[in-house]
Amino acid sequence: MDKMPGWADAVLVPLFSLFLAALLSALVIIGIGEDPIAAFKLMVDGALMRSAGWGYTLYYATNFMFTGLAVAVAFHARLFNIGGEGQAMIGGLGVALACLYIPWPNWYVALVGATVSAAIFGALWALIPAYLQAKRGSHIVITTIMFNFIAAAVLNYILVNQLRPQGAMDPSSAKFPEPTHLPTFQDMFSTSSDQLFRGAPANVTFFVALLACLLVWMLIWRTRLGYEIRAFGHSPSAAQYAGISPIKITVVTMLISGGLAGMMGLNTTMGEAERLVMNATEGAGFIGIAVALMGRSHPLGVLLAALLFGFLYQGGAELALWTDIPRELIVVIQALVILFTGALDNMVRMPLERMFAALRKSERPGDRSARSGPAE
Amino acid sequence: MSNADTPEADLLTDAVAPAIQLKGISKAFGPVQANKNISISVKPGTIHGIIGENGAGKSTLMSILYGFYKADSGQILINGAETQIPDSQAAIRAGIGMVFQHFKLVQNFTVLENIILGAEDGPLLRPSLNKARGVLKQLAEEYELNVDPDAVVEHLDVGHQQRVEILKALYRQADILILDEPTGVLTPAEADHLFRILENLRKEGKTIILITHKLREIMDATDTVSVMRRGEMTATVQTSETSPERLAEMMVGRKVLLQVKKTPAEPAGPILEVENLRHVDEQGVERLKGISLDVRGGEILGIAGVAGNGQSDLLEVLGGYAEGTGTIRVRGKEIDLTGRHSDGQSRRADGIAHVPEDRHREGLIMPFTAWENMIFGYHRDPGIQSGPLMDNAAIKTEAAAKMERFDVRPPDPRLAARNFSGGNQQKIVLAREIERNPDILLVGQPTRGVDIGAIEFIHQQIIRLRDEGKAILLVSVELDEIFSLSDRIAVMFDGRIMGERVPSETNEQELGLLMAGITDTAHAHVPASPMAMSEAELQKAAVEAPEPTTPEPPAPPPSEAASDTQPSAKAKDAPGKSKDHQEKPRPSESVASLSATLPQSTASVPRQPPPRQDPQESDPNG
Repeated sequence: MDKMPGWADAVLVPLFSLFLAALLSALVIIGIGEDPIAAFKLMVDGALMRSAGWGYTLYYATNFMFTGLAVAVAFHARLFNIGGEGQAMIGGLGVALACLYIPWPNWYVALVGATVSAAIFGALWALIPAYLQAKRGSHIVITTIMFNFIAAAVLNYILVNQLRPQGAMDPSSAKFPEPTHLPTFQDMFSTSSDQLFRGAPANVTFFVALLACLLVWMLIWRTRLGYEIRAFGHSPSAAQYAGISPIKITVVTMLISGGLAGMMGLNTTMGEAERLVMNATEGAGFIGIAVALMGRSHPLGVLLAALLFGFLYQGGAELALWTDIPRELIVVIQALVILFTGALDNMVRMPLERMFAALRKSERPGDRSARSGPAE
Repeated sequence: MSNADTPEADLLTDAVAPAIQLKGISKAFGPVQANKNISISVKPGTIHGIIGENGAGKSTLMSILYGFYKADSGQILINGAETQIPDSQAAIRAGIGMVFQHFKLVQNFTVLENIILGAEDGPLLRPSLNKARGVLKQLAEEYELNVDPDAVVEHLDVGHQQRVEILKALYRQADILILDEPTGVLTPAEADHLFRILENLRKEGKTIILITHKLREIMDATDTVSVMRRGEMTATVQTSETSPERLAEMMVGRKVLLQVKKTPAEPAGPILEVENLRHVDEQGVERLKGISLDVRGGEILGIAGVAGNGQSDLLEVLGGYAEGTGTIRVRGKEIDLTGRHSDGQSRRADGIAHVPEDRHREGLIMPFTAWENMIFGYHRDPGIQSGPLMDNAAIKTEAAAKMERFDVRPPDPRLAARNFSGGNQQKIVLAREIERNPDILLVGQPTRGVDIGAIEFIHQQIIRLRDEGKAILLVSVELDEIFSLSDRIAVMFDGRIMGERVPSETNEQELGLLMAGITDTAHAHVPASPMAMSEAELQKAAVEAPEPTTPEPPAPPPSEAASDTQPSAKAKDAPGKSKDHQEKPRPSESVASLSATLPQSTASVPRQPPPRQDPQESDPNG
């Protein structure tokens, strides 16, 4: 007998968590003498009420979808990939190299090529921790975290010493050639009379992310490999009985995870900056963990959670721009949402479970004995 | 006593207040009524048995008594006074001690440290430890409860760990001792010692509640017994005035037919041949020391033995998920024992199906649905693919049909495996393995933790497969199950086959000696009754037996593993009980097989608070 209906677990728990986080954030805002309702209205106006706001929200959401999916896939095998940040950085490097050194004829061929390159670079960056976990038992959480630092250092070195154009002052690569420039939402959706998404960074990569959600869903729930990943995640001992190789699953899962994280580089590097810069990932690799947790490691959940965090990012930027609420406090609010939706999940779930149990009890007191099985 | 069925009335005539009296206890977990209006009273200085199938509500009731759960309604009276037991601290104050099936000991603490844990007298440990040392010495003398106080718990065998649990309770001045399935992890010799301890405790006026599913233990050890079924207390009787048959009927609610019907085997040529099979485990201990056996088509070869003598390793090597050396031939073709072509997948391709010993850890993925579990291990079969994807619709349809044929209830393939009862989970595993029409079926502990109704069915299915000419290798620690299913019996001890017997030409005594590692049965001058074997003889037997398997593994094994590494010095089935028990009539054969196969909680059934309780315990059939 399940504790509560599936929809309640998937919808009510996150909504409740969000509500609590919002409540606490409101108290924080009141604490510094601002009006929480006005602040919330400003966030909604800035992130959702104008097409340019949407353009930013969806741009951030695209990043979070890739890194969220990366964490989600690994989590199905009970592998905690904390290295999305580093894998995304190295993925960005893959994008830059593909864009700079291969003469692409047009943007969609370039997009395909850069996607492959980004995925391969991200996957290879995840391969070493995966191998160490599978063969040597080095804990994947530790190694992937360490690889974030290594990735940042590697990127710094390559930008400063290899990719930086002669005479340039900032550590970034040269601008990518024209044929690799991806269409932004502004290019795609504006009409002559109506300028939509003006100046917003959202670009065609968003649809690549949507496609990735669909493919991940198929992988996890419709393929043999996904079946083996889930089986291994739930019970390594049973997987061994069935003849599923733990080494193979660990490595393959991490390759897929790293590849997804690496593809985030498409959005930031190819879609937005159109050159490789330091710190293009802006912590999206870590937000991906919260997104995957909140999304229950399900691609649809990841999509929705990514949109929510996109909203928080864009809304937060608006707040910083138009109010006296300091930037640091906006980080606090974002952290509260992560805390409640990610870490404090059970705090909300258990009272809800009790509530549902009580509801069920009062609903059918009559046939209870008839339905009850023996229990110990 | 004329009114044996009503102990309450009985007690009214006695002036002594009952040590424990429960009145109208009810407890529901969500829609599941685990305890329904249960009343029971236990006289001081008696051993009271509580018997019932898995999920009958025994553990819930005891958890209420020990303060883990709060009853929805009802009263608890201790020594005649109504007592509130909101937590285990209150239970300890009320003089109740509990020995759990899965011990709650700190593995890397010494015995003394474990005993004073939570009962320290002050901030400094030294005085408490000294006091405990004294008390321990006294308890050891009084009750045969000898344990080295300075031994580290993880180095003790399971029997001694259990004694530490009992000592913990006695150190906290428990007058009422509850033991939950205490013999589940013990070798027969350890179990005998436990019952001697309990008898001593009883003589000293302690009250003991013994929860078990083994009828033989109830008949041997208890004064009164209560039977639970589906959350209700169906009867409380004097043990001397009931019989195992009667108890079994009260447990199940109908007459149980437990004798397996089977015709004599008509074996063909050997299908599975094993020669000089060896296996060294991760700790570097040699678990299989040159096993040779063969299983012919149309016969069941039973492997008897005390748990931990290499049977599990044999299944793992044969099943492809442990490596070994030696030769295994399937229909004359040699198969790989190491490397890439030695895993569960390749064994299945070779025609070896495997019902593993532990369905929770190996046979099933508990959160997976029944249909997903129905292809587990066979999921690479191209027949269930459609393009790059799995053909889920077809898999579901087929799973539903298999569940129908194997009488899995409820026959809903979309239900998660954990939502089925133990018996139905086992039927899912059997359906998956048998319906693939394998040449060879490896079966480990097929009826562990399975309810009686399902046992009948599972045995029938195994025999049906045999009658189709398949080779079946059965491993079971229940000697009676081995006896009733096997056509030939091989006995394992310390990683070796000690001998092979035909069931009709041997008896439990002879097998018992083989299981203890004594091959020369003539030399051991088998007494008329194995129960008459003296302690000295047994010790001698144990000394003559080869070295036990694990001396001191480099890495400390978990407690379960430790239990496995203690080969019993005594025969599995020699209930060499002390004193008067020997006069009791031996239960008839059908009951023997019943007691062998009654459900027991498997080691991996989690014990958790109700909101997160593993729902496999609540049977959705209702």
